[in-house]
Formats: sequence, C-alpha cells, structure tokens
Amino acid sequence: MTEDSPDSPVRGVRWSGSTVIVEVAGDIDLSVSSAFQQSLLKVLDRKPKKVVVNMVDVPYMDSSGVASLVKLLARLRKSGGTMCLVGVSDRVRNVLEITRLDSVFEVCATEEEAGV
Amino acid sequence: MSMVPNRTIRLTIFSAPCCLPVVRAALEKMCELVGFDERSAHGVVLSVDEALTNVIRHAYKGAGDQPIEIDLTVVGEGSDTAIRICLRDYGPPVDPERIKSRDLTDVRPGGLGVHIIKHCMDSVEYRPLDGGGTMLTMVKVVSSQKESKVP
Repeated sequence: MTEDSPDSPVRGVRWSGSTVIVEVAGDIDLSVSSAFQQSLLKVLDRKPKKVVVNMVDVPYMDSSGVASLVKLLARLRKSGGTMCLVGVSDRVRNVLEITRLDSVFEVCATEEEAGV
Repeated sequence: MSMVPNRTIRLTIFSAPCCLPVVRAALEKMCELVGFDERSAHGVVLSVDEALTNVIRHAYKGAGDQPIEIDLTVVGEGSDTAIRICLRDYGPPVDPERIKSRDLTDVRPGGLGVHIIKHCMDSVEYRPLDGGGTMLTMVKVVSSQKESKVP
C-alpha cells in the first residue's frame, strides 16, 4: 500500500531487493500528473538502485505524464540508479516515440525481462 | 454510420482537468467514424489534449472555471476528408511567433506539447482574436495517416 494522494495513478509499490516496482493504472493526464510525479519521486527516499514502472494498466499518457517520468529518470541518474518501463501500451509507446524519448527510456515487455 | 460534412459539433467545457477525458472520448469516437486508423486517431486525441492542457496551464493559469469552446468539423470529401478542430479560449492573447517546439535533444521535463501537436496534425494555426483570447485551429487529413509515422 502507498500513502499517495487519492488522485495518484500509482496503485502499489513493491520491493525486490534494491529494486522498487511501481504499479500504475489508469489514464495519466493533467488531472493526475502532479500526484503521479509526487508518488514517483517519493520512492526515491529509500534510495533504490533500480525503479521499474509497471504501466501495463495505463492505456493513455500525455506529455505531463512523460515529464514525470523524465524527472524521475534525471533524479535516478544523479544518484547512479536506473529505471525501466514495463508493459507500455501502443499509445504510451507512441508518445515516447513522438517525443523521441523511446531511446532514452529502457522499455521491457515484462517485469521478468526487467530483471525483477 | 458516418459523420455529416461541414456540420460542427461544439463542446463547451470549463478549464478543469476533469473535462479532459470527456473531450478525449468524444474525439476518439469522431475519429473512428471519420475513418482514422488507430495511430492517427491517437495523434489527433493527444494533440487536442495537449492543446487543452496548454490553455488550462498557460492561458488560464490553472483556473478551473474558465470557458473553452471546442468545435469539431469534418471537412472536405474523398481523399481530402479531414477533421478540423478549433479551440477558443478567452485568456490573454499569445503572440503566435512565440509558440514553438523546443529542442528534443535536451532531455528535460516539460515543453513537449507544442512539438506533439505539430508532429501529429497536418496544419496548426494560432490566431489572437480581437475580442481577446486565442483561436487554435488544427486539421488532420484522413488520407495523410500513413505519413504520420515517427521519423
């Protein structure tokens, strides 16, 4: 369970060693992106080496959601950590391609592929 | 069932983020009826979402009670069939010359909305209005969808 805002699309946070898996669900747009960003950055408090963002239940994401992921990636890189997006839908992948961030983020089909 | 050309559907919403999913759903259905493929329909929906987000954030500074008018029209016929979307806000007018995409090689949060809109739509025009506010007109031709691939 998390103590996130009720608006946050983060539905759960699990740990596997030094890796944290963040489970996200629902559309990510302006109405939830602020809470989404807060939830993502909060998992960094425990200094994970890797963050896996499971997006298998995210059918839609706009650029405000992309911005939250970019911010998380920037913070992780500063601390020597890595991140991976798992289970992205065609539409989420399309946004990453349009913004040319598909080569910036590691994208895996499953949590197993992401090394969890 | 198909859409009747040149008959405009007008949605008037408030500048509240909770309105965005409603607009996306309406637009999604309209794109399906006009004949857009999945990828192009997503591009149209995403573009309008990004444009509305910009209006809420920048024109209305986050105020959730300001009006936004959205006109959806099918225009043209045959291979020229297109969807035209006009967004009208009543915020301070913006100089169209200042609305630009940013350098995408600079990986940082924010500022991606205009790039997305210009990438996905065939034409994009911002026009400050005499009575105040801005009209954004976006057009996407159905037959252009095969060209809307990522470069």
